[in-house]
Amino acid sequence: MGDVLAFAEQRGGELRGVSNEIVSAAATLAAELGGAAHAVVLGGPGITGAESVGAFGAVRVLVGEHDALDQYVPEVYAEALAAVVRGGDYAAVLFPATAQGKDLAPRVAALLDVPLACDATQVSAADGVVRVVRPVYAGKAFAHLRMEASPALVSLRPNVFLAENVGGTAAVESFAPEVGTPTTRILEFKATAGGSVDVAEASVIVSGGRGMKDPENWHLLEDLRDALGSDAALGASRAVVDAGWRPHAEQVGQTGKTVAPKLYFAVGISGAIQHLAGMRTAQTIVAINKDPDAPIFTVADFGVVGDALEILPRLSEEIRAVTAD
Amino acid sequence: MNITVCLKRVPDTETRVRISDSGTSIDLGGVKFVLSPYDEFALEAALRMTEASGEGEVVALTFGDTTSRETLRSALAMGADRAVLLNGEVTMDGLATARALVSELGEADVPLILFGVKAADDDQQQVGPMVATLMGRPCATGVSSFELTDGTVVCDREVEGGTERIELPLPAVLTVTKGEFEPRYASLKGIMAAKRKPLEEKEAQVSPARITVEKLEYPPPRAEGRIVGEGPDAVPELVRLLREEANAL
Repeated sequence: MGDVLAFAEQRGGELRGVSNEIVSAAATLAAELGGAAHAVVLGGPGITGAESVGAFGAVRVLVGEHDALDQYVPEVYAEALAAVVRGGDYAAVLFPATAQGKDLAPRVAALLDVPLACDATQVSAADGVVRVVRPVYAGKAFAHLRMEASPALVSLRPNVFLAENVGGTAAVESFAPEVGTPTTRILEFKATAGGSVDVAEASVIVSGGRGMKDPENWHLLEDLRDALGSDAALGASRAVVDAGWRPHAEQVGQTGKTVAPKLYFAVGISGAIQHLAGMRTAQTIVAINKDPDAPIFTVADFGVVGDALEILPRLSEEIRAVTAD
Repeated sequence: MNITVCLKRVPDTETRVRISDSGTSIDLGGVKFVLSPYDEFALEAALRMTEASGEGEVVALTFGDTTSRETLRSALAMGADRAVLLNGEVTMDGLATARALVSELGEADVPLILFGVKAADDDQQQVGPMVATLMGRPCATGVSSFELTDGTVVCDREVEGGTERIELPLPAVLTVTKGEFEPRYASLKGIMAAKRKPLEEKEAQVSPARITVEKLEYPPPRAEGRIVGEGPDAVPELVRLLREEANAL
């Protein structure tokens, strides 16, 4: 009792960076519950590097490989994971609130008949009770929740929990996952041009709004994103998504995605309330806007007043110059 | 084909949220409520499917208190054939909500159940896949467009880094995101007709919530920011601040 299980997400057989955040949070929570942190990885044959979660505080890592888990088929993953949870004595199970984690966690919760709190920004335990803080109304408020079921299922917002290398080691245990027959069939996957980082998970976001004046000017934002490294993604305001300039998948705000990156650039975005709600928990916010009275400047750490189209090329150039060292 | 669309009444996304004196809920005074925007996409999808095939009914289903009547009327005005209100208190426990919906859906046995990908208030993205799992049905989340064929539904869904095409056997559950299904406005004729369409009310079968709200808080205020300067000439100082002060580069 008191153990915590972290679902470690892999892609192409390698653990994703966000998995370290989940394992770290699981280790902290397990200490508060008087138990140990375990991690579980599911995937097709060829999972590598699973032992690395030991450095982030897991004492065991369960590796379940099966051909049927090569692609993420939700109901198959959910059954396999629920079986792992039933096989342990877990007080809590933590998921990353990534695209996959958000799809998977509710299904596991329903199979186990326990409630789920999604997209948490804090998780803690005292006297055996798990408590969670999560944004509501896209971040206009935060709800402090008490979980009254065991295990408590919680998904954690990416980029919020610190992946802390505590230098431990994890025992790697392979197991044969319980795999049912898939009912859904994946027919095709089409990659979006330019970058595969989802805006909800990126550690750096470059968002554009009406101040970009024309969708043709988006290459300036793409160039800034590229200058900021491989973990950067493009975002967009509702106005430019509604205008058909950008896909909805990029939209940041209450009717799009709520984000918490380390660095957020709002370029030519005035800052409607539903946009501000969706990005105000970013660690550092930079606003570029020609209107010095734009509401976006009220949440920005650093603001530059002026024409985004003139400022962007210089910004990409300067960032490349300083990060090249 | 009969389609049931599960809907939720939520505060308008442009609304400023004020926490009530109790500290555990929001102050409803002056708050404008709407049909959750993603649920509008789901409803629009259902209407287009039944209109294209010329058969089947669209049922709007919600779990909520009697204020949700208004939300169901707006769904009827958009074109739903009838509506069902499961009267009860909605909590943060999505599984309790899912079970309340399943107690109704289980009787109806409709081949296609649609949800919005998320509700604009709690944004947990969980009730749709929970309902599907409880009913033992396949479920695709974040569907931007779909086609019904004989016995299957083929969906395009947003996933990390691209779109995926996925085939599910019917009966199935889909959660719909913004994509092909830009919602229509209710016509005056639709609004008039909605008043005469059936709106059935039942007591929801709800289990006690196992997630309780202890308090609500406003987000921590951000430290006062500063305007670094104007135009491209401000860029070197901005980059220096990002690097040296914010440690963000």
